[in-house]
Amino acid sequence: MISYYGYSDGSGEYFIIVDSEKCSGCQKCVNQCPKNALHIELLFIDLEDKPVASVKEAFCNKIQYICAQCKPEKNQTPCTLACPNKAIKCLYTTPATV
Amino acid sequence: MTLQTDNAFWRWQEYHRVMPDKSWTSTDVITAGVDVGSVGSKAAVLVNGEIYSWGITRTGSNSPDSAVKALNWALKDTGLKQSDCKYIVGTGYGRVNIPFANKALTEIACHAKGANYIWGSQVHTVLDVGGQDIKAIRCDDTGRVTSFLMNDKCAAGTGRGMEVFADLLQIPIEEIGEMSLKVDEEPPSVSCTCVAFAKTEAVGLLRKGWSKEKVLAAYTKAMAVRMSNLIKRVGLEPDLVITGGQSKNIGIVSRVEAALGVKCLAMPNWRENGLDPMIAGALGAGILQKPSMINPKTLEATT
Repeated sequence: MISYYGYSDGSGEYFIIVDSEKCSGCQKCVNQCPKNALHIELLFIDLEDKPVASVKEAFCNKIQYICAQCKPEKNQTPCTLACPNKAIKCLYTTPATV
Repeated sequence: MTLQTDNAFWRWQEYHRVMPDKSWTSTDVITAGVDVGSVGSKAAVLVNGEIYSWGITRTGSNSPDSAVKALNWALKDTGLKQSDCKYIVGTGYGRVNIPFANKALTEIACHAKGANYIWGSQVHTVLDVGGQDIKAIRCDDTGRVTSFLMNDKCAAGTGRGMEVFADLLQIPIEEIGEMSLKVDEEPPSVSCTCVAFAKTEAVGLLRKGWSKEKVLAAYTKAMAVRMSNLIKRVGLEPDLVITGGQSKNIGIVSRVEAALGVKCLAMPNWRENGLDPMIAGALGAGILQKPSMINPKTLEATT
């Protein structure tokens, strides 16, 4: 299951994307996040509870503020670099300049 | 002369229903799913994994009470009691606060499973438009979630926004969809989807002499564009269905269809005897239990 956490608006798109099939629940991204926005959560996948990384529910609709510091790094944010399985990605696109 | 105080145009119909052609016996396994949303609370009761009855009510200020109310309503006229439900799964916004739930699940998995049950295995994209958020979900033939996109920045442009507009324009919420389509040509959409700003903008448009229908069309269009953008991000794979309260809003459904260029699967006739798309989450929660839990023998062994 691929989970998208983020937003899209006039300033562009920003999504933290977690692939639960690749995620091993190792906590490395959780420890690296400077804002402590991630946690390991039991998600119900294929009739089993599996521990995977996810954005804390309270932060889900505040990603524009929480992730502002790392956002310009594009795909080199601490969480993506920390992941040994490349399960977490950050997608950041800006609208075409006018 | 008295001022008219009853202006609850946002009030939608709360109801419960028992499937007429189904019944239960004491050997059947009764399970239930309760979906406490931000605006509506839904409960579904299943007999041997088949839908038997459901209830839809408004979530009050207290989610445990709303869950109890919804479940009791679903059990009304069935002869069943809450203690007859062997396994109850909670989902939705207030899922952690449901006192009698054996398990809490996120609503993503539940909505996909519920939509799969209601419409069948051809459903691959589910758009859940709830009271305070929109979720775009992709799933496979069995209703297993393959990807999802949950919250956008805020609750702008969702079911609650429609309620605010119903009150502002003094139109009963159930007529809003039809009314928004009664325009000669589609007006440009309002620029703000934020409910507070959009309301201000709508008041301005009304002062400018726009008709109610035109203002509604402009707001509905803005909502539909926002929803279709979410679907484009997760990727649209036919067939598409819409669940949640706004699936009953024909203005939203037709505009989402137009923006994406596909047709949604036809909605079951919930007014007569079909399943209500609003209960998809509760229904999915009722279904999404391990087979071992539904099997009465193992259940007795564990309890």
